[in-house]
Amino acid sequence: MNAFATDMTAAPDGVSETAHREELLRVDNVSLSFGGVKAITDISFDILKGEIRAIIGPNGAGKTSMLNVINGFYHPQEGTITWRGKERRKMKPYEAASQGIARTFQNVALFKGMTTLDNIMSGRSLKMHRSFFWQVIWRGPAEREEIEHRRKVEDIIDFLEIQAIRKTPVGRLPYGLQKRVELGRALAMEPDLLLLDEPMAGMNLEEKEDMSRFILDVNQEFGTTIALIEHDMGVVMDLSDRVVVLDYGKKIADGPPEEVQANQNVIDAYLGVSH
Amino acid sequence: MLYDIFIDPFVQMYDMPDFFLQVLWEGFVAGILYALIALGFVLIFKASGVFNFAQGIMVVFAGLTLVGLNENGVPAYLALALTIAAMGILAYGVERVVMRPLVNQPDIILLMATIGLTYFLIGFGEFVFGGEPKQMITEELGLPTGSTAFEFGERGLVILQHIDIAAAVIAVLMVAALGIFFNKTRIGRALRAVADDHQAALSVGISLNQIWAIVWFAAGLVALATGIMWGARSDVSFALEIVAFKALPVLILGGFTSIPGAIVGGLIIGFGEKIGELYWGGLVGGGIESWLAYIIALIFLLFRPQGLFGERIIERV
Repeated sequence: MNAFATDMTAAPDGVSETAHREELLRVDNVSLSFGGVKAITDISFDILKGEIRAIIGPNGAGKTSMLNVINGFYHPQEGTITWRGKERRKMKPYEAASQGIARTFQNVALFKGMTTLDNIMSGRSLKMHRSFFWQVIWRGPAEREEIEHRRKVEDIIDFLEIQAIRKTPVGRLPYGLQKRVELGRALAMEPDLLLLDEPMAGMNLEEKEDMSRFILDVNQEFGTTIALIEHDMGVVMDLSDRVVVLDYGKKIADGPPEEVQANQNVIDAYLGVSH
Repeated sequence: MLYDIFIDPFVQMYDMPDFFLQVLWEGFVAGILYALIALGFVLIFKASGVFNFAQGIMVVFAGLTLVGLNENGVPAYLALALTIAAMGILAYGVERVVMRPLVNQPDIILLMATIGLTYFLIGFGEFVFGGEPKQMITEELGLPTGSTAFEFGERGLVILQHIDIAAAVIAVLMVAALGIFFNKTRIGRALRAVADDHQAALSVGISLNQIWAIVWFAAGLVALATGIMWGARSDVSFALEIVAFKALPVLILGGFTSIPGAIVGGLIIGFGEKIGELYWGGLVGGGIESWLAYIIALIFLLFRPQGLFGERIIERV
């Protein structure tokens, strides 16, 4: 946990900082079930502009389902999602992406046959406006546009320090680097809200430190709002401004890290409690 | 017997090079047309992992629409434009009515859906244009007819049908255009992304629906070109649908996901069956053309199950 000591000072301290911030996304009373299985029951929380919001909980608590609801992979049976002040019942993945929600996946979902560069370029697909018709008829403007996007992508590659693997098909990369490429693809979308599903799963300490640094930099330099799911408590406590805790599909705590850490419900959920 | 199998055919090839050349040309043209059909399958398979059983009937349907419109007094070129539009509507309809509700269902269900589509198109085509074979409007479309004979050697003669030359040229252009389209454009990158990982593609804002509609439209255009060319060689009838299943051995050879594979596979099958029929067919009483392709594919399958250009199948355990 000491490894993040320096980052800790950089992170703004909870409530006082976030109190006056504008609300970016809110979910109200969302419930989601698959057949008879309830994945999420009546959950409400908000994400404020510019904060790092962590979603934690034991395995099967409904964390990933929650992200899937936010970016439109799942449609909740009940409840509403308010995105930038506009209330809706459900999102479509395409809408979510075009309105500035990007994400990474728990089990790395990259285009394995394509190079690092092409993978990150694919994150720009919504930003390219030349219709495909023009791309075939007259290449000039489309090519100029391509070059412009390529420049942005190169910036991201520099930022994530993955220059060396630019042309490597991502299927061949080690897991830690794949996660980094996936983050790059999400960043290429220049999102307002970045959803990270266990960005540090399966990484060693050094890789975790790198990833933590990237996440903090993204948040501070680009002002990107981040919601992340993570199991490493050290990372969660150091990075996040506020934490929401789920257990068995229900919300059991919500607040700044130190408050959540002291919460008896949370301790019970993690350590188990005898009934 | 051994002499007949291993030596005599090659002696014949050497003795009558003009005839051999003619056979090669026939094989080439057949191969190009097989490649065109296979290309239609590959496009859809790449984008959605669906083996499109309806590709064959799409060939017939495109041909029938073109000829049918012309029969009813629509000028040839306008009929061509309208047929292209019809393939566009078909693509949109398939995406809307078949693909979209069945997204994320197992592949076998999507295959069944395309079989259903096949029977719908057969019924619809017969209902609108009738069931009897029609003459392709070759001349009206400005495609060459006639033939040219080349002298070869001292007394040899090689005859090239003009329509075959046109077929080859059009097929090559079509393949080149598709190649450029899918490798150099944003849509191409999106297509590859969709082929690779649906979820990830969705998360970066690629619309599966749009990609599918485009791919089905491209397959429709390929079907139209195939329909015109096959139709010109025989005529346009529902029997053509059977020819489409020659694409299966082509796909097994070339790999289901490879555009170059479809072309090379088509050529191998085309050459193989013509040469096999004319030089070895006599030994078993002829008619091997109809099944030789499957035997060739089977032999390949033993050595390269993923096809010549298919992605290697590596399962990590």
